Amino acid sequence: MTMEKLVEKYFRPGRLPHIWCPGCGNGIVTGAIVKAIDKLELAKDDVAVISGIGCSSRASGYLDFNTANTLHGRAIPIASGVKMGDPRLNVIVVTGDGDSTAIGGNHIIHAARRNIDLTVVIFNNNIYGMTGGQYSPLTPIHSKATTAPYTTIEPAFNIPELVKAAGATFVARATTFHAQILADVIAQGIAHKGFSVIEAVSACPISFGRQNKMGGPADMMKWQRDHGVPLAAWDKMTDEQKEGKFPIGVLHHDTSKQEYTDAYDGIIKTAQGGK
Amino acid sequence: MNLKIYTERCKGCGICAAFCPKQILKVSEIEKIEVLDDASCIKCGQCELRCPDFAINVVKEEK
Amino acid sequence: MSKILLLQGNQAVVEGAIAAGVKFFGGYPITPSTEIAEQLAERLPEVGGKFMQMEDEIAGIGAIVGAALTGKKVMTATSGPGFSLKQEFIGMACSSEIPMVIVDVQRVGPSTGQPTSPSQGEIMQARWGTHGDHWLIALTPASVPECFDLTLRAYALSEKYRVPVILLMDEVIGHMREKIELPDTYADIPQAERKQPTVPPEKFLPYSVDESLVPAMPAFGSGYRWHVTGLVHDETGFPKGTPEATLAAQNRLRAKIENNVDDIVQVENYKMEDAEFAVIAFGGAARTAYESVDMARKEGLKVGLVRPITIWPFAEKQVKELAEKVNGILVHELNCGQYVLEVERVVAGKVPVHLYGKYDNEAATPQELLDEIKKAMANK
Repeated sequence: MTMEKLVEKYFRPGRLPHIWCPGCGNGIVTGAIVKAIDKLELAKDDVAVISGIGCSSRASGYLDFNTANTLHGRAIPIASGVKMGDPRLNVIVVTGDGDSTAIGGNHIIHAARRNIDLTVVIFNNNIYGMTGGQYSPLTPIHSKATTAPYTTIEPAFNIPELVKAAGATFVARATTFHAQILADVIAQGIAHKGFSVIEAVSACPISFGRQNKMGGPADMMKWQRDHGVPLAAWDKMTDEQKEGKFPIGVLHHDTSKQEYTDAYDGIIKTAQGGK
Repeated sequence: MNLKIYTERCKGCGICAAFCPKQILKVSEIEKIEVLDDASCIKCGQCELRCPDFAINVVKEEK
Repeated sequence: MSKILLLQGNQAVVEGAIAAGVKFFGGYPITPSTEIAEQLAERLPEVGGKFMQMEDEIAGIGAIVGAALTGKKVMTATSGPGFSLKQEFIGMACSSEIPMVIVDVQRVGPSTGQPTSPSQGEIMQARWGTHGDHWLIALTPASVPECFDLTLRAYALSEKYRVPVILLMDEVIGHMREKIELPDTYADIPQAERKQPTVPPEKFLPYSVDESLVPAMPAFGSGYRWHVTGLVHDETGFPKGTPEATLAAQNRLRAKIENNVDDIVQVENYKMEDAEFAVIAFGGAARTAYESVDMARKEGLKVGLVRPITIWPFAEKQVKELAEKVNGILVHELNCGQYVLEVERVVAGKVPVHLYGKYDNEAATPQELLDEIKKAMANK
């Protein structure tokens, strides 16, 4: 389906243009989410999109599903409640790097540990965009931010390694340049029964790019093209070649672990069988 | 017509113009995308794929 | 058929929740409310419900917001520090109008305070804890049977008005064991129902209202796809920040509660028929007060007890009437004086208002309160 048709089918009418700045990657990630949903042929009534607060979190309001734009950092607990309340729903969390790994950092590791069937799409633009360019846990060290006028001294998280260590059973990464791969890995994440995290490397030309002399929106997208390496190629690279670059694709997929709501059904059976 | 533009959605970021292999797109003075030469479009879909604003679409012929 | 049991207040809340049809609990252990989580972990799966121990207090209330969106009746329970942590979500529940019951078994604070000692230090926090103007309901049981009844009532009000209801307990009531008579089966207990849309999905506006001012709330997955936000929104549910939209949203959230105070506010009068002096006390402090009033009566003093069952909204009408009837009021609460501020505001100098605030980790004895009553009556 063309993007035009996807917008017609999955976006709420009359809500475009969206609020994001010129060149912001959030629209591309949002588009990738609807492509993934379309690929899986999910009924709109069976999809819930839960977001926190921040630029990326405004995506939920544009999409014609069961949607909630909630509190900063708290999308994952709410989504966990939605999934527990109605396990039939495909629950997608739309969140930013600050939302999910700073204020919501505790929630993402515990949801990963539980292996609850949520698909978390992290729009990683390396910065707090909505509030105007403060550094996040995903701002690369030695970058400038409005709260790091002398550059940051904090190393950034590696999202895939973080959530994999915490127990996530599907982990992938793509960029807004690799938009088709992004849609594909989101679809695989939704189809996976368990806790899935997709890091969508995005660009914030206004609040991150300008401060760090990254050029314009097209330059930042070219940066993604030149630094995101598909896994097959990545595996053949030397450590020297990998320096400063990052792998994209499905980085971890484990189907051996029991999903949380399934496990809870077992608890219900035990509790009811004991009578 | 090979390309359809939703002008009200376009924010003039220039990504489509930068990635167009035929270089037929240009951001105008009012920061909206313009098609300079629709006839030269090869319908590769790079612009549609990368547009963050759902503003440019390759027109597909009805089959 | 019914059965007679000896239960803690916290256990009676659990039974009330099961009877009310609660199907999801999200929470975090904290003294003195932990028994509620422990027992719901056992009871909920028995009735096909679910219990989730979350990673923190915030996630506990977050999870119940999510489950509420799928149409479930939901509960979380906490105490002092946890109640502070839940405040942001209480605001979201007010703004997005998500029905839920938050149990707060008050302990001594601030900070870690005295976790196992009784207090009523969260009277004002229950009303004003979250940021921004908002309106909600808080109920305060004073006995184990009332813990059961008010839990049911909390759901009735929460669903009817689409508002978070705080069941504001204290350690005395939460941990006290009393006789309670419960039905053998909860099948005959009326279930509070959430208003559902009367129009098809394509015509549904999630925050449009009838004269009740309470919008319908279809469940996620029901075919009505709608948007929830804590941003100021109009009847479409989408953010709208104009002065007109903001005013309309705030005024409706206020009016749906304030227009219905007669339905929401309950006050018990004990020996008030001929009373010349009134004690106002609630929750655990009321237990002392019943006895003190009886002792005063034996000495020939015409003292009665006014016990607010609904703490918020404030029993404005009842307290105003009281000020016309008695020649003095003593507010007894387990804090340095919170509810008394509202009493003073409404009485507005008509009769003297005294405070006996007890905040030393222990409830007052009936004799201590009686002494305070006498002192207050002497210098009315």
